[in-house]
Amino acid sequence: MFVEFVISFFIVLAGVFGLVGSFGMLKLKDTMQRLHAPTKATTLGVGGVLIASMLYFLLVKGSLSFHELLITIFLFLTAPVSAHFVAKTYIQAKMKPEQLPGSEGEYGWAIYDDPPAYYDND
Amino acid sequence: MMRKLLPHPLFSFTLLIIWLMLVNKVSVGNVLLGAILGVIVPILTAPYWPGRPHIKNHFKAVEYALVVLWDIVLANFHVAAIILFKRNKDIQSKWVCVPLDVTSPEAITILAGTITMTPGTVSSMLSADSSSILVHCLDCEDPDAVRDEIKNRYERRLKEIFP
Repeated sequence: MFVEFVISFFIVLAGVFGLVGSFGMLKLKDTMQRLHAPTKATTLGVGGVLIASMLYFLLVKGSLSFHELLITIFLFLTAPVSAHFVAKTYIQAKMKPEQLPGSEGEYGWAIYDDPPAYYDND
Repeated sequence: MMRKLLPHPLFSFTLLIIWLMLVNKVSVGNVLLGAILGVIVPILTAPYWPGRPHIKNHFKAVEYALVVLWDIVLANFHVAAIILFKRNKDIQSKWVCVPLDVTSPEAITILAGTITMTPGTVSSMLSADSSSILVHCLDCEDPDAVRDEIKNRYERRLKEIFP
C-alpha cells in the first residue's frame, strides 16, 4: 500500500512537470526562452516516471532493472547537446552579432569567427 | 601496444557496463560480448578522440555528479515557478558571456552540459578558440552573479577534476 503510494507520487510529480514544460513552450515569447522549458522542466518529468518504474520493478516485481538508469544517462547526454544545436542555429538564423555580448577574448563567437589555425593540427 | 589495443581504458569499461545494463542480465556470454564491444568501439572511434583525458580526482568527480544532480532537481522547480507565476513581460532574459579557465575539451563539454541542465541557463555557443562560453539566462537581474556562480560552483570543481 505504502509502496504504491510512493510510486504514484512520483508518477503524478512527473506528470505535473511534463505539463508545466509543455505549457512553457506555449507561454514563453521567443525561441531562446522556449528552449529552457524542455531542457529543464521536462528532466524531472521524465525522471519521475523512471524513478517510479525502477521502484515498481524493485519493490513489486522483485527484480532490479537498469534500463531506467540508462535512459537517464542518455537523456542527460542528449538534452544539452540538442539544446546547444538549437540555440546555435537560432543565433545563426535570427540574430546579429551586435545583439550578443562580446566574447571577452581574442577570438569572437564560433559562428562568426574561424578557429585559430593550430586547431587543424590537433 | 596496450595503447593501440585500448586507447581509452575507462571508455572500454564504461561500454562494458552500459552493455550489461542494456541487456539487464549478467552472464558469461553477455560479459564477453560487452568486452568485445569495449575493445572494438574505442579502436574504431580513436581517430576522433586522440587525447586521453586524465581524471585527477575520482572522489571530486562523484561529488560533482551529486552536486549537479541536486541542482537539476532545483532547476526544475525554479524554471517551473518562472513559467507558472511570472508574467511574460516580467521575465528578463539576458545573454551572459562566461570566460573559461578550463582548457581540456572534455571539461568544457561537461561544463556546457551542466550549464544547460541547471537553473535558468542554457549554454548557446563557444568562442572560436573556446576561451569563453555564451550563456542564455531565462530570468536574471544580475548577469555578473550568474557568471560568478557558474565559475565558483562548477568550473572550480571541474578544474580540480581535470588538470
